[in-house]
Amino acid sequence: MPAVQLNNIKKCYGALCVLDGINLSVEPRDVVAVIGQSGSGKSTMLRCINGLEQIQGGSIDIVGHRIEPGTHSLRSLRKEVGMVFQSYNLFPHLNVAENIMLAPRVVKNVPKQEAWETAQMVLKQVGLADKVGAYPDELSGGQQQRVAIARSLAMKPKVMLFDEVTSALDPQLTGEVLKTIAELAAAGMTMILVTHEMGFARQVANRTVFMYKGQIWEEGRSEDLFAAPKTPELRSFIAPNLK
Amino acid sequence: MAYQMHFGPVLDRAPEFVDGTINTILLSGQGIVIGLAIGLAVAIIRVEGPRWLDQIAVAYIEIIRNTPLLVQVFLFFFGLPYIGLRLSADTSAIIAISFNLGAYSAEIFRAGFLAIPKSQIEAGLALGLTRLQTIRYVVIVPALKVVFPALTGQLTLTLLGSSVVCAISANELTLAASKVESLTFRSLETFLVAGAIYVTLTFVFRFTYWLISLWLFHRKDPARFQIAGALPHGQERVEA
Repeated sequence: MPAVQLNNIKKCYGALCVLDGINLSVEPRDVVAVIGQSGSGKSTMLRCINGLEQIQGGSIDIVGHRIEPGTHSLRSLRKEVGMVFQSYNLFPHLNVAENIMLAPRVVKNVPKQEAWETAQMVLKQVGLADKVGAYPDELSGGQQQRVAIARSLAMKPKVMLFDEVTSALDPQLTGEVLKTIAELAAAGMTMILVTHEMGFARQVANRTVFMYKGQIWEEGRSEDLFAAPKTPELRSFIAPNLK
Repeated sequence: MAYQMHFGPVLDRAPEFVDGTINTILLSGQGIVIGLAIGLAVAIIRVEGPRWLDQIAVAYIEIIRNTPLLVQVFLFFFGLPYIGLRLSADTSAIIAISFNLGAYSAEIFRAGFLAIPKSQIEAGLALGLTRLQTIRYVVIVPALKVVFPALTGQLTLTLLGSSVVCAISANELTLAASKVESLTFRSLETFLVAGAIYVTLTFVFRFTYWLISLWLFHRKDPARFQIAGALPHGQERVEA
């Protein structure tokens, strides 16, 4: 049974459909990269999957939860689906430990000691065990993004969504964040990553989806898709990336 | 011939001034606590509440902000008995001040909420927090930090504005000063003393706000986290 299944979903603003009948199936342990031009609907699709955007048609099945147009109770779903944003979105008034412990404490009522141990564990996982007491503005962008990943991991998600998580980072910081994501992939986390890092999509994602004008234009195993793009749109999209 | 200042007879009435000062502190203190609670609730309604409740909130804010405090004080004092609430002048004064501050502080709180990027709220929701939990744990502290100077300014206005409730002879400093004046006929001296007390009071109140800001916005010492296995200090705010 797929971990995530999108069944013909539609997301429209008036007459403009930014997602126009998307079908996608993600198996457990899959790492799916979503590529495409800005405005092709990549981020919107990701935001629909955890209910930050409402869909107008179709349905989404995700780790035992179902989203349909008008679905409002999304909390139980969000407990199991992690999301990492382009702009990190760490809470500036809380230090790293508090950022990570907040959701387990408030949403899952995890005892303080256990939340603290989890925080240390996930921080070690992203290589920032020594930053537990730092505040977000004392960290580099790459470190903040890794803390955001750790914060998401602390909820022990079944699926993780990454929304252009390296777009605000320079190449070196991008590298450290991608390394963290690659390690998660190797550990068997089910992930959907919207990304502009073609090389990374190719190496880490076992499947890649190319979106164009609100539709899934082409999809397949990453190596096939990048080596032999079938549609002219994908060919011209990845052409500048080919050496 | 120049006016000769005589503070002696006025200062002889020190107990009246002390009494009035204590009453002003109690009156403003209670008005500030209740008023801020009203303001916070109304601001949350304005940001998150259903439309019909939001419209009631807007009506309340507009009525309060477009009428003088003195008129509000009279309306509460003379109006509440009509709906069966026969309250003392002191209680009516607290209610009037609370509702007055509630309207002004609601708009200040709302400004703070609107200053927080939407992405912060989305991050809270994506972690599984409810909207109210997101406000409580993610939005309120940074929002308060943004509007803290505006808020303390408003609170100072409330402290000083509490003087108008002497019009319904609620016990407070200005009423005490009026009594002293009528007993001593030393008007200028009396109100110079009252003014000096108000200045002192605002300083004390502002100092208190500063202490509160230290408590609200302080950063925990990272060194405390280095002790292996120790719980991080000050996690009370994160508790559910």
